[in-house]
Amino acid sequence: MLDKQKILKFLGYKLVRFAILLVVVILLSFILIDMSPINPVNAYISNMVASPEKIAQLEAYWGVNQPITEKLLNWLGNIIVGDFGTSLIYRTPVLHVIGEKFTASLILMLTSWVISGVLGFALGVLAGFKRDTWVDKAVKVYCYILQSAPTFWIALLVVMVFSVYLGLFPVSGGVPIGALSQDVSFWDWLRHLILPAFTLSILGVASIALYTRDKLIEVMSTDYFLFAKARGEDGWTLIKRHGIRNILLPAITLQFLSFSELFGGTVLVEQVFMYPGIGQAAVSAGLRSDVPLLLGIVIFSAIFVYCGNLIADILYNFVDPRIREGEENG
Amino acid sequence: MDESVGKVNKFDVLGNMNLRTKTLLAIGLSAFILILVVVISFFIDPKSITTNWTMMNQPPSLEHIFGTDWLGRDMFIRTLKGLGLSVQIGFFASILSSIIAVALAFLSSFNKHLDSFVSWLIDVFLSIPHILLIILISIALGGGAFGVLIGVAFTHWTSLARVLRAEIKRIKTSEFVTISEKLGQSKFWIARKQILPLVITQVIVGTILIFPHAIMHEASVTFLGFGLSPHEPAIGIILSESMKYLATGNWWLALFPGLALLILVLLFDIAGENIKKMLDPASAND
Repeated sequence: MLDKQKILKFLGYKLVRFAILLVVVILLSFILIDMSPINPVNAYISNMVASPEKIAQLEAYWGVNQPITEKLLNWLGNIIVGDFGTSLIYRTPVLHVIGEKFTASLILMLTSWVISGVLGFALGVLAGFKRDTWVDKAVKVYCYILQSAPTFWIALLVVMVFSVYLGLFPVSGGVPIGALSQDVSFWDWLRHLILPAFTLSILGVASIALYTRDKLIEVMSTDYFLFAKARGEDGWTLIKRHGIRNILLPAITLQFLSFSELFGGTVLVEQVFMYPGIGQAAVSAGLRSDVPLLLGIVIFSAIFVYCGNLIADILYNFVDPRIREGEENG
Repeated sequence: MDESVGKVNKFDVLGNMNLRTKTLLAIGLSAFILILVVVISFFIDPKSITTNWTMMNQPPSLEHIFGTDWLGRDMFIRTLKGLGLSVQIGFFASILSSIIAVALAFLSSFNKHLDSFVSWLIDVFLSIPHILLIILISIALGGGAFGVLIGVAFTHWTSLARVLRAEIKRIKTSEFVTISEKLGQSKFWIARKQILPLVITQVIVGTILIFPHAIMHEASVTFLGFGLSPHEPAIGIILSESMKYLATGNWWLALFPGLALLILVLLFDIAGENIKKMLDPASAND
């Protein structure tokens, strides 16, 4: 009862903060684009024939020849009513493009997020439990190297090994080029998903595994762990009862906080595998001066990252029984 | 207890050195290699990277240890030149980054409103994925190496600013600061004379540890096609060109430049961690 009220209050507070943050992100990205040499109207009409009415409409949308404050307010107003403009590359409303591309990327990100989380946690527990043995050293070396490796280079190596040498997977593309989306079978689509998801998964393992290892070692040096050992518990039971229960929640929280890095990795991996997701759309929008699409993607990526942080906050504040009770007492 | 340590060390190549010597050795070696790379890349004449049609697509050999590309250019020289460029951009970006971090951390220590402003600013910069923000900033500045440099600098200050902010908060509760305040010293004086000397090691270590991230982000953004122009021998550009030749089996075009970048980043990490051990001995036992 009291808890529910507290959660609502917490969520309300977070919502207000989120609204402010979103407005600032919108303003910041707009100012940055406005600083650039790109002129959104010229970029739009440069490679197509546009009628004078269309140009006038575009100039009204972007507020050409108006002071920046007016331009900003104008654009902000459009965003709030859900008018993100028309994408220059795809010739459809930006929201439509983002909806389609983000879904494709979300599947990729979610898959690799789950795999890297489970695998990283397992490796971390193993390394922490077998501390200072060769298992621990192997996991540590693997993680350190992957943390220093450029994402796109690992992706290139994966393409080289699995597509070019072994010929197991297509070299690129989310779906066969030229095929209609309804003709693509589930298997085809899955074949194109496996390699990018695999690359993102093996890269995402590093931070979570190192964190889990350190946390487990910390738990293993506590008095209650020592006491459990003295009582005769050992091996897997000991780790399961006293180790994993204590480190699972912080590890999940960390994994939710990694949404920003996950997004960055996806941008690079999609570029190498030519997976038609939000990252590829962002890169081509940036390279070909598709201002409305780029701004839209920045806004939606900020929403995506915020969702991850919010879930981590909720987990941290309301799911952990120790913090929950500590707050009630204090 | 001591005996067991001795036994373990027998199998270690560096066993007869103590931790301090080992740490110094690690710093010295990695710094030496890094400086060597930069110096060599400075002395490479751009004219030596010329097209040579008789040497097209050669796999690695003794003469060209990284092989040659489709224009017959030696990949080893191109890679070295690219690494030098990466280190330069990384150097300026991380210094600029830590200047921003220090300035904001001190700003946050002045009063409560500035403090919440700074922590809010950190939140804003963390809310957009780094790579998108770098793309935005480099577009805003019209691309080029300068755009990438500023983009990387403005996205990497957050972690150091957070650490410094917490550290300064802790120092401000200590007695000597309270006494100085009572004696009427100005906030600026306290910041300069009493706080800065205590956090300077963290600033140095933080700057060095920003380096690998900066280099990696620079390479990523260049790989995506933002920033440096295609004729410049940056690692990102070399790798994005190599993508076109992967299907024909020219594996050396992608493998060696990427590996060189990985080793460079690892060296910076090793140097940073070891300098941290030297400057902050309490962390050496972790």
